[in-house]
Amino acid sequence: MALPTERPIPQAPPDGAAATADTKPRKRGRTVPPPTERIPVLRWARENLASSYFNAFVTAVCLVALYYIVPAFVEWGLIDAVFTADSHEDCRAASGACWAVIEEKHRPMFFGVYPYEEHWRLVLAVMIYIGAVGMTMIRRFWSYRILVPLWLFTLTSTLTLLWGGVLGLSAVDTTQWGGLPLTMVLFSGTIVVGFPLAIVLALGRRSHMPTVKAVSVIFIESLRGVPLITILFVAVNVFPLFLPQGLEFDKMLRVMVGMAVFFACYEAEVIRGGLQAISRGQYEAAEALGLGYWHTMTRIILPQALRICLPGIVNHVIAAFKNTSFVLIIGLFDMLTATTSVLQDPVWRRFTVEAYLCVGFVYFMFCFALSKYSHRVERWLSEDKRF
Amino acid sequence: MSDISKPEDQARTGGSFLYNQGFRSIAYQVLLGGVLAYLAWTLYANVNANLERQGIATGWDFLNTSSGFDIGESVIEYSAADTYGKALLAGILNTIRVALFGIFFATILGVFMGIARVSKNWLLSTLASWYVEICRNVPVVLHVIFWGTVIHLLPSPRKAMVPFEGAFIMNRGVVMPFPVYDPAYPWVGAAFVAAILGVVFLNKWAQRRREQTGQYISTLWAGLGILIGLPAAVWIAFGAPLVWDVPALRGFNFQGGLQLSPEFVALLIGITVYTAAFIAEIVRSGIQSVPSGQIEAARAVGLRPSFIMRYVTMPQALRVIIPPTASQYLSLTKNSSLGVLIGYPDLVNIGNTTLNQTGQAVEAIAIMMVVYLAISIVISTFMNVYNRLVAIKER
Repeated sequence: MALPTERPIPQAPPDGAAATADTKPRKRGRTVPPPTERIPVLRWARENLASSYFNAFVTAVCLVALYYIVPAFVEWGLIDAVFTADSHEDCRAASGACWAVIEEKHRPMFFGVYPYEEHWRLVLAVMIYIGAVGMTMIRRFWSYRILVPLWLFTLTSTLTLLWGGVLGLSAVDTTQWGGLPLTMVLFSGTIVVGFPLAIVLALGRRSHMPTVKAVSVIFIESLRGVPLITILFVAVNVFPLFLPQGLEFDKMLRVMVGMAVFFACYEAEVIRGGLQAISRGQYEAAEALGLGYWHTMTRIILPQALRICLPGIVNHVIAAFKNTSFVLIIGLFDMLTATTSVLQDPVWRRFTVEAYLCVGFVYFMFCFALSKYSHRVERWLSEDKRF
Repeated sequence: MSDISKPEDQARTGGSFLYNQGFRSIAYQVLLGGVLAYLAWTLYANVNANLERQGIATGWDFLNTSSGFDIGESVIEYSAADTYGKALLAGILNTIRVALFGIFFATILGVFMGIARVSKNWLLSTLASWYVEICRNVPVVLHVIFWGTVIHLLPSPRKAMVPFEGAFIMNRGVVMPFPVYDPAYPWVGAAFVAAILGVVFLNKWAQRRREQTGQYISTLWAGLGILIGLPAAVWIAFGAPLVWDVPALRGFNFQGGLQLSPEFVALLIGITVYTAAFIAEIVRSGIQSVPSGQIEAARAVGLRPSFIMRYVTMPQALRVIIPPTASQYLSLTKNSSLGVLIGYPDLVNIGNTTLNQTGQAVEAIAIMMVVYLAISIVISTFMNVYNRLVAIKER
């Protein structure tokens, strides 16, 4: 905005650096400008690191803590570390981290017990999958015409690559699936099966029919009260007993359904929160238009409710990704199980910590990226109510 | 709703009862109930048939038979000759023990990190946000087995690390000095509980007085005096008994003192560090949820900063903080079942052993589920009561 003309145009300060304090026109004599440092870095440091004695003390404590921790870590992780080694002897000789263990063991860590010479299929599957995830994240592709075919292609092609048995690919049983691809399959399966179930459960809990409501409430609350491990135990140990003799389900499939049901119960509660936030007027308006229950829900209520509770939904999607690691307990070879079992190798056992840090980094990258992305989507939604 | 639409509906559709909302609703419910009953019956029949074919006895008799396995650590006396029932009880107590410690430390760490995240100090808030992002974006399973691995890489008892005189950290866990039991201690404990009640009453009295007369009485020093003085007086009355049981290295291991197994320590660190990151986020959002206008208004009427914190910020922030914190406590308790990964003898670990030895999968898993459900209900009841205390009091 232009300055009012009657005010004197401020003089440029003599040394240019401390511009802010003196640019304001002084009208009545003795207004003392706030104390500012002339050098921006120092000013920033004064405001953010030492605004009071207590604040300066906190900074000092943090610096002392960092002084004790950071150099030790740098020394362990970078200076004394071994990045490539011909054998484990090189690592034993060094006092720092042995990142060479990842180079040595990355194939079984990331691909599990999948046949070694077929690993290219997994690389291809992971690349297709990550490409599809990347495309889905771009706002321009958000339409059924693009996303539905994209994901149909992704799921069929990755599953074909993993399973084999067609197109000249040798068949690989699901018991041999492992590593990162298995994590991906479990995660996608959990979401694909769990999300529709979550919507059904949430609608059921809000239903006017007492039986439907009671069944939903009991189902949701009792599963939310138990650890995921016990549900996986049910899937592995008890579920086969439920089936008539001769009928069997794949173990991986059972575990995936167990995780999906667990995910659905938590997600249902989030979606219920969104449903409760929709005002009565929306239901009444839909009824006035003569829409039936399903049309009201799918066209009017759910699109708004899901948008409201998007942050919660994403939180549980991230949790579902992290929860895939629970299969370690029941012996499916996901990334974490594969790493754990690979490092039973007595020669490399000492360097398990490095391998776990690497696996942790992979999980971190995915979850962190997803949560940052969800913040951006929230911003898009708040900027633009219609997309 | 249905009352109004019914006559028109029936008129339009020629009165067919198929289009009657009330009839449809009942029909759907009967259908759902029928399907569920059929499913339950078939599953039950299948389970029975399958168990019979595999020659596994059903029922709870196995609880009274001798288990034959040992438990690494237990709150109650337990040996391999004891029954499965007692083994499971020991497991339940171990679960409760690690969950209580975990809730205690996760609350302290989480509240500290949450306040650090909203600190004006850039360095502190940055470090706290790194902590939160790193810890909550890595699976809790990885946290637990990571610490389980790290603790076994620590030096042996002979080269143990000494954080302070008499305490040792090593690959066999953590040992530290602990007071030898004395008959006076239960009385000191009772005096402490009485002191807490006394402080509560003191505060109530001071509050009533403030509301009636407008006169403010600081209960801080009087409260602290009661809290420390009363147990101390009881302790001195008994002759101030205090003998430290200091751990000493005998042979390859430490004897005496408070001994924490490596599995317990690793599990505790893993679930605490993970849950504290979530609690920190909850605390941060709670503090930030208090509108800055409230604090400015409080400052404008001349309240001291400590009063603003106590009477303006905290009551409003707690309302936002408590419900999600309760669910974090629940998930911490459920995550303590990951002790099975590193050999901590919690309920799931012992239940799993029982399952493998007896083959009675249905019963063993049912016990686990029911116990966790019960713990969940207890925690959520407590938290609901507390939540009601801090919730908005509508007048």
